Amino acid sequence: MRDMRIFMSLTACLTCAFLIACGGGSGSSTPPNTITSSGSNVAPIVVNGGPTGEYADAAFASVTVCVPGTSNCQTIDDVLVDTGSFGLRILSSALTTVSLPQQKASDGNPVAECLTFLASYTWGPVQTADVQIAGEKASSVPIQVLSDTDFTAPSTCTSSGFQSADTLDTLGANGILGVGLAAQDCANPCPADADQYYECPSSGCEPIAEALGQQVINPVALFAADNNGVIVELPAVAAGGEPTVSGSLVFGIGTQSNNGLGGATVYTAPEGSFTTSYNGQSYPGSFLDSGSNGYFFLDSSLTGLTSCANNSDEAGFYCSSQNFTATNQGGNAASGAVKFSITSAATLFANPGNFALGDLGGTSSNSAPFYFDWGLPFFFGRNVFVAIVGASTPGGAGPYWAY
Amino acid sequence: MSHLQAYSIKSRLALGATVLVILATALPAWASLGGDAASIQADQLHMQGSRTTKAADAYTVHEIQAATGTVVREYLSPEGKVFALAWNGPRLPDLRQVLGSYFEQYRAAVQSQSGPRMARRPVMINQPGLVVQIGGHVGAFSGRAYVPEMLPSGVRAEEIQ
Repeated sequence: MRDMRIFMSLTACLTCAFLIACGGGSGSSTPPNTITSSGSNVAPIVVNGGPTGEYADAAFASVTVCVPGTSNCQTIDDVLVDTGSFGLRILSSALTTVSLPQQKASDGNPVAECLTFLASYTWGPVQTADVQIAGEKASSVPIQVLSDTDFTAPSTCTSSGFQSADTLDTLGANGILGVGLAAQDCANPCPADADQYYECPSSGCEPIAEALGQQVINPVALFAADNNGVIVELPAVAAGGEPTVSGSLVFGIGTQSNNGLGGATVYTAPEGSFTTSYNGQSYPGSFLDSGSNGYFFLDSSLTGLTSCANNSDEAGFYCSSQNFTATNQGGNAASGAVKFSITSAATLFANPGNFALGDLGGTSSNSAPFYFDWGLPFFFGRNVFVAIVGASTPGGAGPYWAY
Repeated sequence: MSHLQAYSIKSRLALGATVLVILATALPAWASLGGDAASIQADQLHMQGSRTTKAADAYTVHEIQAATGTVVREYLSPEGKVFALAWNGPRLPDLRQVLGSYFEQYRAAVQSQSGPRMARRPVMINQPGLVVQIGGHVGAFSGRAYVPEMLPSGVRAEEIQ
């Protein structure tokens, strides 16, 4: 995120001015939530609990990885669709029929990566694959293969105290497809003291700098076409939740007849975030993230909601119910109201067969800086556009979200 | 100690590297929550950071700007003990370093928080003797840690941020 720059264009400004004039400023106009069902740039996604049968509010897609330049391929199902990270990560244990080539540092040592998520980290070798999703292909894509055992995670990787998410049980998915606002997953170049990329001689892994072109990258950015972003399309969910819902991950913005912005409002996110206002307070640093399995926002003192008990299965979620209206504002000053509801997690989880929960929420922080993490429930009933930093689109250059 | 030396090798200034190693041998290796003022200096060296201090009525805040872009604020009581930490930036600070003797208690708590719904969600640890809260997302983290029993008289937890 640090390497994001501000991209403004005349097109973006004109689009915003038009949308505000048409009521986008009050959030009263809602673009249609139609699920695109066909096209070479359309991949089906599903919210169904995932391969462990217990992951609520997570959307999964299938991704095919191939040994570069060959037809030696394997399709990996149940890969988490995550607009909050960048690049493809696959469990080593899921790669059963292909053996991908290992990325080597300049001195010939194998390269590995440590990426810290909230409350977990992924660790494992960087390998190269041709990646196919729906009819789209990207060649020679650096991906992270998640494994605790190929190399031992060094102390600089485990110093978060978090658990690794390198197994099916701990990840709850066979991989992560990071289709967020950036292409690569670190700065240009990624400095050694970021403790993110490592070279791993037999004596143990040590942090190294990683050039931009070697970094794990959002495969969408390497597609021959439809490479400026994605649309996440999911239907609305009934109150109380549903066992499963199906939608689409559409590649490209305004590149085909099936991926135009339509009436969506563009909210630019120059530093990877925008501002959410609630109850007279502004919270910059807010973001949309399909990889968060709830609305995570503020705390009980600011929302009036009750936090679930510390040692319960619902810990971290809210355990009371309430309706909310907040306002999102982009860096381009476009703004719109968002209405949403929180239902007690204890109530929602009482039906263990429901995995699409539109009203699930929790605390984001008990201390400043407070923020709104608009997780997967936000995506239900909306088509959400994610434009990659620097990419050209009919709504202006990324990075932006539009909905 | 080897950890500090690994950092010193990366230093572009040979002289700076020498000073770093000498200081590192003279200071406690682990800091800092519950530690003394010297432990803050150890943290600063560990992070290759610059430091500024700001005095409040009941404590002094030592703010370390780490080379990674992350800012760590350490709250020092009048008795000279670090009773709280807060941080924000693109990377988490080395929590093993800054939580010091509290790290294992924290790690046991955070690793027990993976419920059956497999959430990737903020860290909220509220135990007797230790509070740790971490929020954010990939590339932008914030959080704080404190020992409730060590807060100086009249200091509210809300001030730690």
